Amino acid sequence: MLAILVLLPILAFVAILLGAPARLAALGASVANLALGLAAAFSWKQSCWSLSLPVLEKPALHLAFGFFSDGMNVIMVLLTVIVTVAAVLTGKAPEGREKLWYSSSLLISAGALGAFAATDLFFFYAFHELALIPTFLMIGILGRGERRVIAWKITIYLGLGSIVLLAGLVWLANLAGTFDIPTMVAAAKDGSLTIDAGTQKSIAALLIVGFGTLVSLFPFHSWAAPAYASAPAPVAMLHAGVLKKFGLYGLLRLAMPLVPAGMQAWLTPLLVLLLGNILWVGYVTVSQKRLDGMLGNSSVMHMGYIFLAIAALAAFPENDLAKPAAILLIFAHGVSIALLFGLSDRIERATGTLDLDELGGLAKSAPKLAFLFGIAAMASIGLPGLANFAGEVLVFLSAFRGFDGMSSLGPVQIACILSIWGVVISAVYMLRAYRNVFQGPAVKSTESAADIPFADRIPAALLTIALFAVGLYPNLLLQFLK
Amino acid sequence: MNLAWILLFLPLVVAAVNQLVLRKNPLVPWVSTGSALATLVISFLLLGKEGTTGFNWATIGDFSLQIGITLDSLSTGMMIVVTGIGTLVHVFSLGYMADDEAKSRYFTGLSLFMFSMTGIVLSSNFAMTFIFWELVGVSSYLLIGHWYQKDSAADAAKKAFITNRIGDFGFMVGILLVWSITGTLAFGEMAIPETVSQGMITAAILCIFCGAVGKSAQVPLHVWLPDAMEGPTPVSALIHAATMVAAGVYMLFRVQVSLGADVFDGTAGNVIAWIGGITSLMAALMATQQDDIKRVLAYSTLSQLGYMVMAVGLGGGEAGMFHLFTHAWFKALLFLGSGAVIHACHHEQDIWKMGGLLRKMPITGFTFLIGTAALIAVPFVTSGFYSKEEILAAAFGKNKFLFGIAVFVAFLTTFYMTRAFVVAFLGKPRDHGSEHAHEVGPLMFVPLVILAAMAIGSAWLTGPLSAMRPVHEHGHAEGHAIILGASIASLVLGLLAGFALYKGKDKNPVSIPLFRNRFYIDAIYDNYLVRYFQNVLAAIVHFFDELFINGLMVGGLSRAAATTGNLFRRVQSGSLQGYAFAFGLGVVLVIYFTVFH
Repeated sequence: MLAILVLLPILAFVAILLGAPARLAALGASVANLALGLAAAFSWKQSCWSLSLPVLEKPALHLAFGFFSDGMNVIMVLLTVIVTVAAVLTGKAPEGREKLWYSSSLLISAGALGAFAATDLFFFYAFHELALIPTFLMIGILGRGERRVIAWKITIYLGLGSIVLLAGLVWLANLAGTFDIPTMVAAAKDGSLTIDAGTQKSIAALLIVGFGTLVSLFPFHSWAAPAYASAPAPVAMLHAGVLKKFGLYGLLRLAMPLVPAGMQAWLTPLLVLLLGNILWVGYVTVSQKRLDGMLGNSSVMHMGYIFLAIAALAAFPENDLAKPAAILLIFAHGVSIALLFGLSDRIERATGTLDLDELGGLAKSAPKLAFLFGIAAMASIGLPGLANFAGEVLVFLSAFRGFDGMSSLGPVQIACILSIWGVVISAVYMLRAYRNVFQGPAVKSTESAADIPFADRIPAALLTIALFAVGLYPNLLLQFLK
Repeated sequence: MNLAWILLFLPLVVAAVNQLVLRKNPLVPWVSTGSALATLVISFLLLGKEGTTGFNWATIGDFSLQIGITLDSLSTGMMIVVTGIGTLVHVFSLGYMADDEAKSRYFTGLSLFMFSMTGIVLSSNFAMTFIFWELVGVSSYLLIGHWYQKDSAADAAKKAFITNRIGDFGFMVGILLVWSITGTLAFGEMAIPETVSQGMITAAILCIFCGAVGKSAQVPLHVWLPDAMEGPTPVSALIHAATMVAAGVYMLFRVQVSLGADVFDGTAGNVIAWIGGITSLMAALMATQQDDIKRVLAYSTLSQLGYMVMAVGLGGGEAGMFHLFTHAWFKALLFLGSGAVIHACHHEQDIWKMGGLLRKMPITGFTFLIGTAALIAVPFVTSGFYSKEEILAAAFGKNKFLFGIAVFVAFLTTFYMTRAFVVAFLGKPRDHGSEHAHEVGPLMFVPLVILAAMAIGSAWLTGPLSAMRPVHEHGHAEGHAIILGASIASLVLGLLAGFALYKGKDKNPVSIPLFRNRFYIDAIYDNYLVRYFQNVLAAIVHFFDELFINGLMVGGLSRAAATTGNLFRRVQSGSLQGYAFAFGLGVVLVIYFTVFH
């Protein structure tokens, strides 16, 4: 079943190459995937959602997909299928480019699904790489602004990050003698796989830098905002919303169980870097003059909170709150940033600009767009009732898990307190942007701007419903995490 | 208990139905008003009930965040205030907002606010309080920014939200500390272990207090409340006078009930009391120089909230809650009265352009007079007198200096309210707006009359509601005569000064720029904190981000690659598969050879 999820977008991609109508094929595959994904998620305990095909005999390499017993990747798969449908429905392919446009979305989605569903280290890595290629191409060919420079920048950055990551993964696989992730984790748990502290520290460094670069961990973040600003909307939605989360998922899936001592050893640097994401990049975001740049930087900033949960887990391995908090926030952020990028594309098509100084009063001519964007903005700054709040609060609580008030504050608690200042920074830039775009008197670009048409409201509504569903009742997702 | 759940969720359902189903249907105002009335009825039915219930909202193993309801004399009493004033404000708005083209959005916002405020009041734990704390914040943001096309309204909404967020920063930290110390978030189960250091407890309480500083607009985060007057006036009455801004006081009193009044002994309580005292004094001084009738009332609200906060800090939370209770009615009355005046004078808010309104609008004028009497605490006949006595008594017993401030504030209160009343309601009309003012319709004056009755009578309510009034087992508190004397003296002096200075004047006879310009605090924040500190900081960070992290490290590399390589010019969509295949194959080979050879 999970294999079908991965296979469907690839089949649709092949169909497009063979001449099938691109939009229809992409839409069919992604909607089918959404249905399948929901069905799979809400029944994953009843059956064993896994498949394993031997690829190589020696060493044993299996093309294997499955839900892990901790339920983490159930949520990642859900996130992917939801955002994919929205991405396929968002934006408009340039004339004559429909094939490239829709097949990119399909391949990114397939790659992400493959990476999240893989239980085999090799395919976990390979599928992510597969998804990066269309991302680079779309920016390089159909991007805005200095698209070539930006495409190269993201290629170099993510390529270097991937190589560092690869080194860490290869090292791990060598020590474990297997590619099978559940086997590795079980071995680490029961003590049959022991990695000495020094090696753990080295591997953890590779994984933090490697995965970290892919998630725009400070100071490896500067590819992200320009790339999202330049990328066509579906690519920005899929990358910022889904694919980027691969790095966080990887840290939780591999680094935490396999090299916990190594992660602990890097605790302080990790805390400093994540504060770089939240405070440093937070203020970079405040100074943005364009909506797309602001959204791109805000997405970098919000990664800091998820790293905070990872740091809380590294500092206190019995922390039961950290992993669910991180996953919940990954989901919430993925959906909300996809919604924001999708709507900002709509704003640009309606007004011809994303420059904050050239916009104003858009709520008058486009009230529905204003309403949806308002929800997305509020989600992004952590308003209760929308998914991000539950994730953020659980992250903060997880950082204080194990602290009993008897001693003075530890480094994780101090970092958490500083991180909470981020909720003020987020409110500053998000409300300022909303104020500049939608409120105040109408200006030339917005006077006669069209409201969001019905076709574009469908993907926005899908994402909005997801934000509300999880935000109003987080147990909807938390039930998967055991 | 089922009733309590209906009380909580009915307004949310109504807001959702309004937004999604009814949209711009003319029924929207009536549906919202009907739901407010229904919640008032339920609140009466719940009076005297006690109990706690809840469900798990976010569960992780043994840990859970709960949505829970606590019914006790405090929450049920407060619900009467919220739903009672809420209902009257809804009814008043039916008249006041009749011609507004976005009145559906307005009433939906009111319903959302009723839901959020009910959540704070009924909450059984800190997590839920925080959730609804944020939700009242956003309702307030929406309603302040109701006329979002006006720059001033849009800016005021943003300022209110962000300023509150600064308070919430501390509040969140405080909640985390309290959770760490007590091991629970539930109000009913909190206890401080003896091994915890005093410093940690003080830090936790003060962080929690930050939340109240934001929401109840205490110095130094008071700046948002006067600007919030950009919202429609009934909103100012409900949210920015009677209920939401009092949430900080309510929450502090919850903490006092949960953790015991002794947590306010020592440094934490002192800081709280002083912040309250300073707020009440500064706000009263600023109020003496405002010309906008709503701003006079806004600063007055700040000042009265300062009283309440001061009482809580002095360990007299009961006095603070009692004043909250009486103040809610008479301040809502004053705000709605000012709304009626503004409505009648064609949206004129400057008191120097009004005048003679008592004759033109007798019901409004007379009820406004009653509200004023309650605010300046006319002895024995107004509710405000009794609650202010409790506050003065709390201060007298603990801190004579703060007592002095409180008495002086009482004098200032009488002075500025006399000024406002004399200028706006007595004398002759100064402008054609006030010249042609008419009494407002019954939708607007009936709420005024009911509120006027409460402004007089809310101190004498019996039955379960009497729980809002502190009980003194040993008769009068110490120093009763001094307190009463000081109170009456400040009243008389204030009246005399107000009449002497402003009777028969057509122009402002005294100008004190320091007070008029709000001690220049807003200007300092705007110019230094926001413009120079925050924005310059952001620009500097941005600059270095571009220069070092982006420019030197990888930017140069990718620029070079882009100009020489020209890869993307050649990679067309046709060769996409070839490129992808080559890349994928390369990856496979790399892994295979590094691992196994």
